[in-house]
Amino acid sequence: MNRQSSSKKWLLTGLALVITAFHLIPFYILLTNSLKQMGDFTSKWSFPDYFNLENFALAWEQAGLANAFTNTAIITFSAAVLLILFGSMAAYALARRTTKLNKFVYILFVGVMVIPPLTALVPLYRLVVNFGLMNTHIVAVLNNVAAFLPLTIFLYAGFIRSTIPKELEEAAKIDGASTLKIFFKIIFPLLKPITATVLIISSVYIWNDYQFAIFFLQDSSVQTLTVVLASFFGQNGSQLNLVAAAALLASLPMIIVFLFLQRFFIEGLAAGSVKG
Amino acid sequence: MVQTLTKGSVRAKTESKRKRKKRGDSSLWWMYLPSVLIVFLFIIFPFLDGIRISFTNWNGFSQAYDYIGFDQYKRMFADPDTWLVVKNTLLYGIGSTILQNIIGLGYALLLNHHLKVRTLTRTIIYLPVIISPLIMGYIWYFFFAYNGGALNDIFILFGMEPINVLSDPAVNPYIIVFVNTFQFVGIAMIIYLAGLQSISKDYYEAANIDGASAWQKFKAVTLPLLMPSITINIVLNIIGGLKLFDVIVALTNGGPGNASQSMSTFMYNLYFARQDAGYAATQGVLMALIILIISMSALIYFKRKEVEA
Repeated sequence: MNRQSSSKKWLLTGLALVITAFHLIPFYILLTNSLKQMGDFTSKWSFPDYFNLENFALAWEQAGLANAFTNTAIITFSAAVLLILFGSMAAYALARRTTKLNKFVYILFVGVMVIPPLTALVPLYRLVVNFGLMNTHIVAVLNNVAAFLPLTIFLYAGFIRSTIPKELEEAAKIDGASTLKIFFKIIFPLLKPITATVLIISSVYIWNDYQFAIFFLQDSSVQTLTVVLASFFGQNGSQLNLVAAAALLASLPMIIVFLFLQRFFIEGLAAGSVKG
Repeated sequence: MVQTLTKGSVRAKTESKRKRKKRGDSSLWWMYLPSVLIVFLFIIFPFLDGIRISFTNWNGFSQAYDYIGFDQYKRMFADPDTWLVVKNTLLYGIGSTILQNIIGLGYALLLNHHLKVRTLTRTIIYLPVIISPLIMGYIWYFFFAYNGGALNDIFILFGMEPINVLSDPAVNPYIIVFVNTFQFVGIAMIIYLAGLQSISKDYYEAANIDGASAWQKFKAVTLPLLMPSITINIVLNIIGGLKLFDVIVALTNGGPGNASQSMSTFMYNLYFARQDAGYAATQGVLMALIILIISMSALIYFKRKEVEA
């Protein structure tokens, strides 16, 4: 019995390793591609027998990755801050005060989750042009905030309803604290776990956003990593080594954050799914 | 507000309190005003305006256009491209959903054993989730590319003819499904793992006493208790798959012709490449309807199953 279960364990471990190897294939190919000199047509499965980081320097320079990193970081950070601020405030009011108006507004937010933002592309584009917001960070920030607010409010409201005791606020209210003060001093600090979930899920998506960015950030000075990469690929379709180096550089920050904060990524998702 | 309260008489106090309740301060509407404004301006208004534009012949930039009734809708239903693109979109949505759920559940069942390599495997499977779908598309392009792709390196090694899967309309939609599945199977896996870990061991012990086989336990205990996770996964994956955009741009750019176009990429081309904004808006309405109907029916169907289970 014991021997059987231990051999079963070995079998399952072997299976897990095969699956892991399979999932590493694209990353392996990306790495070998990015390390090879231009004009090196040896198999993509082999590592070069020389040491060469030239592609990274060239890609960084030619694609303008420094500028793209700054743009992406500004947009992601601003959008995440606004999402957390507006989303948690809205959810607090909607979860705590169940007036008819609030019930309607809450249903509206949940309903909006079903509308794919891209289906409104044509009028949205017109709106952005009319407001003079084309090629600004603001448009990318607001678009992403709008796209993620419904989910953010939904997650925060669920968390407030299920875990924040009402007595806390009532005690503070008797002491004469204003609603804003109660919210920021007492409630908001208690929302930390769900704030972490919102922060992680939204930052990953906003950092990686291409759909909105490609429409509204057409000037190279405001372009984010994905847009820059797409045009770099268009220009260097025959020099895949350069493109691979650029793709690796663009993905590296998120990969590093993920490897260090993995627990939060996975727990956040699991918690979000169990709550929803 | 506080000042007027302290200044006024007791009667005024209670009156203003009542007034405050009536006037909607009890709703704390100002706390969600910014959210409502942003969502209205960037989602609800454009969505409604899109329905209006779908009844025009607007070209996307000129000031003048005409209302032409249902002409764009007639055109849409008569356009063979519409059906090709809808078929592709359904393949991306439903195909990826089926694969992600079967494979994701399989991975979760495997990792639910206490293996030493568990964390490593989980990390690597989840890794693509945090990478831009556009970049993931490019990475797989390096694999599938005709010239210098890793797949053809293997073919050449074994003396076979290199194949051009990305330009073959009979194959490339499936490649897109594969890449989308590969990228997001980690989410399904994590949600199933969380679901599996929330099932009490008592059920399995009871089943063991009854002498149930592994398959019987899976069917009678695991699957029914996993229904909430199944619902979330299916709805998430279906919406994600039906909206697919980035991966297609990276791998095939919708080609050859429109062969691998999804509704998202098709709409984008109509607007920006063909300046056919009215028609693009009409396609947008159709896309919203399809996503709404499919995701809602999936949600209702699986929620009902949850109750039965």
